[in-house]
Amino acid sequence: MALLSKKDSKLITDPLADNNPITIQVLGICSALAITAQLKASIVMAVSVMAVLAIGNVVISLLRNIIPSKIRIIVQLVVVAALVIIVDQVLKAYSYELSKTLSVFVGLIITNCIIMGRFEAFALANGPWRSFLDGIGNAAGYGLILIIVGFFRELLGSGTLLGFKVLGDPIEKTGLYAIGYENNGFMLLSPMALIVVGIIIWVQRSRNKALIED
Amino acid sequence: MEHLELFLKSIFIDNMVFATFLGMCSYLAVSKKVNTAVGLGAAVIFVLAITVPLNWLLDQYLLQPGALAWLGADYADYDLSFLSFIMFIATIATMVQLVEIVVEKFSPSLYNSLGIFLPLIAVNCAILGGSLFMQSREIPTLGLATVYGVGSGIGWFLAILAIAAIREKIRYSNVPPALRGLGITFIITGLMAIGFMSFGGMLTGGDEPEVAKGTVVQEGDKEISQLDKKSEDTKMMVGNNNQNITNLNKSK
Repeated sequence: MALLSKKDSKLITDPLADNNPITIQVLGICSALAITAQLKASIVMAVSVMAVLAIGNVVISLLRNIIPSKIRIIVQLVVVAALVIIVDQVLKAYSYELSKTLSVFVGLIITNCIIMGRFEAFALANGPWRSFLDGIGNAAGYGLILIIVGFFRELLGSGTLLGFKVLGDPIEKTGLYAIGYENNGFMLLSPMALIVVGIIIWVQRSRNKALIED
Repeated sequence: MEHLELFLKSIFIDNMVFATFLGMCSYLAVSKKVNTAVGLGAAVIFVLAITVPLNWLLDQYLLQPGALAWLGADYADYDLSFLSFIMFIATIATMVQLVEIVVEKFSPSLYNSLGIFLPLIAVNCAILGGSLFMQSREIPTLGLATVYGVGSGIGWFLAILAIAAIREKIRYSNVPPALRGLGITFIITGLMAIGFMSFGGMLTGGDEPEVAKGTVVQEGDKEISQLDKKSEDTKMMVGNNNQNITNLNKSK
């Protein structure tokens, strides 16, 4: 690619699989689990985190030579908090219902470890363009898991995807429901998010033996 | 009574880890050994007990719509609630720093046991989550806010202690290689969360029959039997839940 050198494009592709922030680096689990009962909420969350992480990474990387290392955590928190406030206000203005569903979890992007983790590990030591790519890549890896979990939980739990009844109507007994299929309401409850992520980790690590712990 | 109810509710029913998944990052990262888990858990209780009431005061007298009325009538229209994220995180970061300095000065032994965990806590979602939930649930008094902070801290402590103990034991079990470490921890946490869901009926279970009796006296004999049956049903449900918990405990 002309736009991205090989080293740069690795910044984006690596976090998608072998260095995934959720399943390998174990960062940003908190919000990943709580809002994945619907696919739509997962997508919005993924996009919000991508915006905050990409812009935040650039800002921190521009400031990296000015910030005294003793107070860097507070500086980072202020930068994230300001960005999250913007995201929150935009969500409230353009999709109020969804911002109600996400409730406090938009605010919790501030303490999403993925953001502080990337600031500390990458943006403080690299230039703005590379930090931007790193932010996009890691947020994409995070969003990927969110969307997979959201997809399965919504499909199996309520038989819909993004609100469309892809499996037929459970009340009028059309589609799959005509032959006796039932929704698994258990998938909508919070514990199943943990178990779905556990299964994703299992699948990923049995495909790539190098990732196995111990 | 109100305080006790909120206390129990924040420990068991709205458990930070199992019901809302707050503080999962440190929960997963620091739960390899019981000793370190206890240290971090204690620090979380400590910081939550301080920051939740403090942020309650901030919210009440600074951030809520109309909260600035105490400055005079001119300020009554201001709504600063959009600033709450930045104010809360600033309070938390400064409090953590302050607590660290004070503890280091007055109790070096406590500092040595909490020391390394305190700075970690500023970016623990459980702490900010405690304050944000306190705000969104509109907890009415300072006392209740304190109780809520302490209760959620104890709930988090309980969760990390339990998972650390399980992880210490499971090291000697024959887990499929790909699930070792992170994978099995996720699945166990999921199972524990299912167990904790059974606490959901803990507080409603006692209230329902009382309400039922009140109406029964007025309505006549015929409904008593029906309602009694209903309350028996709820009792049975609660009983089943308890059984599930003991089963879960056994299987662990």
